[in-house]
Amino acid sequence: MTLKQISVFLENKKGRLAEVTKLIAAEKINIRALSLADTTDFGILRLIVNDPERCFAVLKDNNFVAQQTDVIAVEVMDKPGGLQQILEVFDENNINIEYMYAFVEKKSDNAIVIFRIDQPGRAIEVLEKNKINVLSSDIISTL
Amino acid sequence: MIWNPHYESMEREKLTKIQSERLCELVDRVYRKVPFYRKRMDEQGVKPVDINDISDITKLPFLTKDDMRDVYPFELLAVDPIDIVEVHTSSGTTGKPVVDAYTRKDISIWAEAMARTLAMGDTSRTDSVHNAYGYGLFTGGLGVHYGARLIGANVIPISGGNTARQLAILQDFKSTVLTCTPSYSLYLAEAGREQGIDFRKITLRVGLFGAEPWSEGMRKEIEAKLYLKALDIYGLTEIIGPGVSSECECQDGLHICEDLFYPEIIDPQTGEVLPDGQKGELVITTLTKEGTPVLRYRTRDITFLDHEPCRCGRTAVRMHRLLGRTDDMLIIRGVNVFPSQIEEVLLRIEGIEPHYQLVIDRREQLDILEVLVEMNEQLFSDEIKNLERFEKDISEGLYAALGIHTRVKLVEPKSLPRSEGKAKRVVDKRQL
Repeated sequence: MTLKQISVFLENKKGRLAEVTKLIAAEKINIRALSLADTTDFGILRLIVNDPERCFAVLKDNNFVAQQTDVIAVEVMDKPGGLQQILEVFDENNINIEYMYAFVEKKSDNAIVIFRIDQPGRAIEVLEKNKINVLSSDIISTL
Repeated sequence: MIWNPHYESMEREKLTKIQSERLCELVDRVYRKVPFYRKRMDEQGVKPVDINDISDITKLPFLTKDDMRDVYPFELLAVDPIDIVEVHTSSGTTGKPVVDAYTRKDISIWAEAMARTLAMGDTSRTDSVHNAYGYGLFTGGLGVHYGARLIGANVIPISGGNTARQLAILQDFKSTVLTCTPSYSLYLAEAGREQGIDFRKITLRVGLFGAEPWSEGMRKEIEAKLYLKALDIYGLTEIIGPGVSSECECQDGLHICEDLFYPEIIDPQTGEVLPDGQKGELVITTLTKEGTPVLRYRTRDITFLDHEPCRCGRTAVRMHRLLGRTDDMLIIRGVNVFPSQIEEVLLRIEGIEPHYQLVIDRREQLDILEVLVEMNEQLFSDEIKNLERFEKDISEGLYAALGIHTRVKLVEPKSLPRSEGKAKRVVDKRQL
């Protein structure tokens, strides 16, 4: 299954990122993972949080342009070649990755990789067929 | 209907000859009778004998709005004051008003020009003209009045204001032609709707709207709300008032009464005359006016000309609907750029709201135009490549329209200043 990622448009201006994290913190929303893609002028902040609906609402109420995007979280063994195995599966099945980022899980020896893929349904199918663990949003929010 | 096919559909060669004759006569007359013009021409080193053809007009000095204020009230007068029968002025909101003093013949020229304008909307003796332009020193009300009288239509001189009465009279008198500013026509539509008036049942057939700039979008809105054909008309106090040019039923440019008002388009920087299709400042010479004739008056209005004969049968040159004012013009790397051109490109792109700002700066001797566009949910994508492609699309659209490279920058929503009256669209940081 897919999970909701929150993407936020940010101008490359001093203090903008801090404003987002401050808003989220005030709502007691916990950030599980994040990535920031940027150009000279603007950036896109991508967040995995424990309560995406509320996070989205808070940002919108504060005039941020935000979007909910379906992404896939995959558990990867935290050892050399762990990621390689997954990428090979995608490659063999002609699945194109728009972007990805990773974080290390505290409670186990695994890393978690977030993938943004055009056809997430098909990607999940392929991953499951290859016995790769796709994480549900419930698990992500309890990590 | 063409009011005066003789002049409005005249062969170009014949028209040029008449324009040349009229210009020679005019220059000779003002040089003798108006010290202001004599001094200007002497300064420029040009005498009436140097003017033999309409193409010699470029030898003559320009007349500016500031000049018009300096000659206030009657220094431009080219006749004995006893021959003046009527005076009008501009509003004077930005300084001293501009004075137009009319002889009996000038009033008849005005009526002729306005009859042509009204006839572009097919106005004839059978029509009733609901004239909601203000009557008074303002030229709008009486200009339409004289034209409609010449045609023999029934004029309803309601003037401006008192909208409730306007709506009652419109219904009771079964007017067929509406003349007012475009914004007032929309106000009428709005007020009528609140009263439960169904404009499909109102007999109005055509509207002649002018005295302020308006857009194609506004035309569509007026036509949809009032169920009439909306035509753009143009004129200014300095020249005569309304009647300088008007759209015909083709709604494809405004025909200028060029046997009376000779148009040129110039580069507002260099003063050089530009060919058809090139945007620049409209300059007008009144070829036949007696009271306060103007020689090469710089209108500060931006448009371009098209000498191709029109489908309506008129050969009179057409000017495009106004594109802006020289006052708003920016010069970027030597290219004249109007904020309205940029707005046009931006609003063509789906999802862009009219919140943008132009920032001009100079880095290493080079002008840089930055176009700030507000991001919104409809435009947003969480993939960099989509947003970069979007910036590139805008930038290419602007290049196609302006011929210069711009830097498009996406900014956060509500980060650009909102308009209070006139929006602050342009920030010029150049220190020249």
